[in-house]
Formats: sequence, structure tokens, C-alpha cells
Amino acid sequence: MPEPTTRIVESDVLIIGGGMSGCGAAIEARYWGGDDLRIVMVDKAATDRSGAVGEGLSAINMYMGMRHGWNQPEDYVEYVRNDMMGVSREDLVYDVARHVDSSVHMFEEWGLPFWYDDEGLYVREGRWQVMIHGEAYKPIVSEATKKALGPDNHYERVFISHLFTDADDPGRIAGAVGFGVREDVIYIFKARSVISAAGGATAIFRPRSVGEGMGRTWYSIFDTGSVYGLIIPVGGEMTQMEHRFVPSRFKDSYGPVGAWSQLFRADLTNAAGENYFVNRLPELKKYDPYGSAFPTPTPLRNHLLWTEIQAGNGPIMLKTPEAIDALAAGDENRKRDIIAEAWEDFLDMTISQAILWAAHNIAPEERPSEVVLAEPYIMGSHSGEAGAWVSGPEDVAPDGYHWGYSKMTTVNGLFAAGDGVGACPHKFSSGSFTEGRLAGKSAVAYALDNTTPPKVDDRKIDELKRQAWAPMVTFEENQYASTNPEVNPNYLLPRQGLFRLQKLMDEYVAGVSAGFTTNESTMLRGLELMGMLREDLAKLAARSRHELLRCHELIHRAWVAEAHLRHMLHRKETRWPGFYYRSDYPEMDEANWRVFVNSRYNPEKGEWDVFTRPCPQVF
Amino acid sequence: MPTYVDPAACNACAGLHGGPQCVYICPNDLMVLDDVVNKGSNQEPEMCSECYACVKLCPENAIHVRGYADFVPLGAEVQPHYEGQDIVWNVTFRDGRTEHFRFASRSTPWGSIDPYAGINPADRDAIRAQALFGEPEYLKLPESA
Repeated sequence: MPEPTTRIVESDVLIIGGGMSGCGAAIEARYWGGDDLRIVMVDKAATDRSGAVGEGLSAINMYMGMRHGWNQPEDYVEYVRNDMMGVSREDLVYDVARHVDSSVHMFEEWGLPFWYDDEGLYVREGRWQVMIHGEAYKPIVSEATKKALGPDNHYERVFISHLFTDADDPGRIAGAVGFGVREDVIYIFKARSVISAAGGATAIFRPRSVGEGMGRTWYSIFDTGSVYGLIIPVGGEMTQMEHRFVPSRFKDSYGPVGAWSQLFRADLTNAAGENYFVNRLPELKKYDPYGSAFPTPTPLRNHLLWTEIQAGNGPIMLKTPEAIDALAAGDENRKRDIIAEAWEDFLDMTISQAILWAAHNIAPEERPSEVVLAEPYIMGSHSGEAGAWVSGPEDVAPDGYHWGYSKMTTVNGLFAAGDGVGACPHKFSSGSFTEGRLAGKSAVAYALDNTTPPKVDDRKIDELKRQAWAPMVTFEENQYASTNPEVNPNYLLPRQGLFRLQKLMDEYVAGVSAGFTTNESTMLRGLELMGMLREDLAKLAARSRHELLRCHELIHRAWVAEAHLRHMLHRKETRWPGFYYRSDYPEMDEANWRVFVNSRYNPEKGEWDVFTRPCPQVF
Repeated sequence: MPTYVDPAACNACAGLHGGPQCVYICPNDLMVLDDVVNKGSNQEPEMCSECYACVKLCPENAIHVRGYADFVPLGAEVQPHYEGQDIVWNVTFRDGRTEHFRFASRSTPWGSIDPYAGINPADRDAIRAQALFGEPEYLKLPESA
């Protein structure tokens, strides 16, 4: 086994994650930090193609268009409130919305190609979405980020496994520990402020495809919940971790349906060819005022689809030929353009779906495509709102919801952005980048105000270094206990631990095989099994640095899974049918549960505290 | 496996300063150089999301994607290449039909971005104000035009 060397990096602002929010944070922080503050960004991959936008996107899903009077930030707050069935941090949503247009205009100036109409305006997919040729969206944003940071402040292929707090003040952040994915090095990053800007969580639940196709998660498979897995263990308060997103997407390859439902206006039908959605609309009255909102909230649309499938009326088909014919209206050139646009929607962002169409001999103008509910995802930037409880902006935050610095968690000097900020969903690429910018500016303000460097406890650092490298040692010390390295009584390989986590979550915590349904007794049994899994994760073994990466990604995923379970146990209602159902509390309880469910893990005692906070309507 | 490397086309990026491009770019640490044959290889195909980052960057066009074995019938291919600032996609159906698409990839030259061009240096006294750098100009509101 190689012995890792230790490298210490001093910085003023440390940004963990090189996705859209991390890049936004880096560019903004470098601007305000100038030449006298050191801004460092760490990415576990190569920033040109890292994060959820690495594959590309076919649309920017959050754009107000304030310059044309299309929408105002208050409109976006109302949209998000309804889609979250009443529970969102309106101050945080508003804050992103009022700045997002400036980020989008920067992308355009940098070289991201947009679609324009005859008047030179952005082509709109829906009320909030504008179309782009977004294959190279991330490399373009990455180029701007690298120019801003400078090469000496940009660390690629370094995975951050732990944060650490001040030796004298456990409520203040002091830095992070990680390891090189491509070299035997343990990194100690010391910093006055830290921004957790890593990704949300995929692969917490057993996926529908368990062979090669398990990598075809809806959200990028390399989003491993690290943004939460770093904040929770140092005691940051979390919110809405019970919330999840179950995407309804084209079956198996999970290609986007947004363009089809909004731009092309295609219908969804059941086995009998009926528009089940219209037939089942009366069901939504139970969920008023959200049931009557327009557009129908995402979980309620899922709920109708799932109810239809449970009634045995699948498959649900998206009627692409009819939609193309209706739009083309007999114009063959227009029809060719629409077909190309349909393919581009996949080729820009979910190329697997194009392969599936080609392999199934599906030309969208000839044959419809099947739509299903995928497995659950825990994330905070799309239609999910899990994340850290952060300070709102001073000018619009409700009483008690602003403390010191916008986007700061309850740990002093620790900020969050993107998937990491809770109760502030529907940010997508542009909003996550913008929220990163807001966090980047705040983190610089904190670093300027708190000039005394945090005190680092060397014994604590040594213990975290030991934990970071432990799976390599575990393999080294136990490999000769068995003739087969895959079956050893003294350790678990990361793939084996992942399967155990996924099975547990699927069966006890409302995954696909459980029909997205659970109850208190089921979850309590799941929590018991989770406790044993958590103990066994201390015996993870790695045969290579690649497996070491997988070990620590799994540990982060397990933190997210446990938080999800504990929050679901606490919320005694079914607020988001179509995402999950509590069979013991099957109704939405507006009188008692239109509140945030928050939690804090106490690192000293190793105990969780789960509680509620009020959810005021600000706008 | 989702991405696979054509051994006849891969030259391990011989002579390229940054080493094998697929190994550099893979967002999930999957592409490795096989020590025995000195060719690129996907070491964990079930963790591959078919994002095409390696396919797009490969200078020899040596990397292809065979759709996931557990749900994709054999025989189709979707392969891109760049022509100038455009990306060109060639799609082959299982039944042999083909489609070809060309889309813009970037509207400015690569390497041309200066993120702070034309923006005033930071005024630290404004760090507690709400405006981000470049605002209000980049909001392009009529009153700030």
C-alpha cells in the first residue's frame, strides 16, 4: 500500500465543487476578493465537464426576462411556492430570481449560443425557460472560472471527504480534508470561509436499472450527495431533507420531457389512448390551494400518473407524432426543423435517450415514447428542495431568518449554494450559478470581517487524515483473510455497501419497489438497519484510489439517506403525493404541517435533533 | 460497456502534453489507460452515464458508446464530431436508417473570455449591498441601459 504524503493549502475562501454553483462562487469571490485574498476551488473531476451540467443542456430553465417585462422575481416566488405545495424559503427564492438574468446575459456574452426568434429575442420553451445550443455550456462557464481563479488556485481531481471546525469554537469552520484521486496525497485546506457547492444525491435508492444501466441516473451519477455529506457531520442545520424529486421521464434513458410538454405541447395517454390527466383532475381538489394552481405542481402531476399506472392502465405514452404534425401544420420544412429540435433536446443533454430512440427504431414523427416515474433523488436545485438552512438576504428575510451573512449556514463561515441550499428549489443551471455568486460575495465579506485565522487542532486533523485513508489500510490489513477479495468477513467493498444502502432505502423508505409508500413502523425498522450499515461503513475497503473515491462518496450518500429517513419520520402527513406516500398519514395536513422540517446532527454526542420551523409567506 | 475504445484507433494520445484526454476529462474517474495494451478503457461501465465527455474530446475519434446492455437493443450508434464551432451528430438506427444534425457549440472563439472585461474594479464599500459584480448593467433593464 502506498503511504500518502500530506499537502497543506492555505486560503481565505475555499470553494468545494466545480459545478455551476462552485463556478459562480469562484468568479464572484475572485472579483470581490481582488489580489489580496486567496480564493481556491476544489473539484473532484475536471471542471470543463464536471457537475450536472457537464453533459450539456438544451435550455436555461430559470430566466425572468425582466428587461422585456416577461416576469418579475415575485412571480417566480409564487410559482415555486405552489410547486413545493406551500413550503419554500421565499426570501431565498426571490434573492436568486432578482439576480439570475445578469448571469444569463453573461453566459451569452461569453459565447453560449442561444436560439433567437425573428425579432432577435430568446426563444422561450415555457414561461421561465429559454432555449440554447448547450452542448458546451459547462466548458464555456469553466473557461470563465479558470480565467478568474488562475491555475494556482484551481485543484482538479481532489475529493473533499470532511470539513473541520475551529479548535476552540466548534461553531466556526476552519477548513477541509481530502485526498488526491490521481495521486497518493492527503490535502489539508485551511480557510477562513468555506462554500459547500458540491452536488445533490443520486443512487441513494435502488434504481430501476440494476445492470450496466445503473449509471443512467436522471441526475448525474457523479452527484453523490457530498454537498450535504460535508455540512451535516459538522453540525450544520438542515431543512426539508424529507423532500425528494421523482422525475417523470422517458423510460430507462430518462431523457427530458420538458420540451415535449411545453414547447411541442404533446399529450400523455394511457393504454386506452385516453388523456388520463384530464380525467383524473378532480382528484387534485384534495390538495387545494395547490391542486388548483397553474401549472399543476410537479408532485401532483406525478400523483395522477402513478395512480393511473397503479390502476393497471399503463403504459403511459407521450404522443410525439401528433404533436409534431400539429405544430408543422402541413409544412414539410417546418416538420424537419421540429424533428431536428426534438433530437437536439436529447443530444444537448441526455445523449443516451437518442441512442435508445435509434436502437428502438423510434422516429418521433412516427411513434410515441413511454414515460415512467424514475427512482427518487435528494437534491435542491431542480424540483427537489433538500439542503442546508441558510441565512436569507438582509433586505427581504423574515425575522430571525437572517444572521450575519447571506447564504451562511448555522456554522459560522460555512456557506452553501446550488444543491446545498434547502427550501430554495427550481434554480437549475443559471440559478445555481447565481446562488454561487451570492455565496461567493458573502464568503468574501466574512473573510474580510474575520481576519483572525481559525485555530486548527492537529489531533483532529490527524484523525480526519486517518479516516480519509482508512479504506486503503483496511484492505491492506485484511486482504489475506480470503482467497476472493470480493468476499471477505472483515470488510465491505464500496459497491457492496452501495447495494445495501439502495436496498434498504428502496424497501423501507418508499422507493420504487415499495410503490413510493412507507409508514412509521417500516421506517423505524429501516432506521435500525441503517444504524448497522453506518457501523459497517467504518469497515469499507479500497483496493485503489478509484475505490477510495467510491468509499467516501458512499459515506456521503449514507449521511443524506439517514437525514432523508429521519425527516420523513418527523413529517406526519403526505404533502407531496407522487414523490412519496405515508400510508399512516395519507392526507396533506395544511393546518399543522405547512412548516419546515429541520434537523441538526450533534457531532459531539452523535445524536440527531429533528424539529420544525415556521414557514412565513413573504410575498 | 457504455463507452468502449476501438483499439485500432486509440494511440493513447501519444505526444499529447496532457496525456490521454479521456482519462483527463471523465467526470466519474472511469477512463484509464490499460497498462498491458496501452489503450484507453472504461474501468467501471455501470457507473458510466454516457455523457460523451470522453467521446467528444478524443482526438482520434476512438471512443464509441454501445447502449446499456440491460435495456438497449444492439445495433444503434450516436457519434459526434466537431467541425469548427459546430458539433455534428451522426445517428444510425438499429434498422440502418440514419439522421444527421449540426448544432452550434459556441458563438465566440475558444479562450476568448475575460470575465471582468468592461466591469469596474470592486468597491469593497459595496460588499454589504445586494448588487453582484456587473450589476445593474448586466440585468439590461431599460433604466440601466
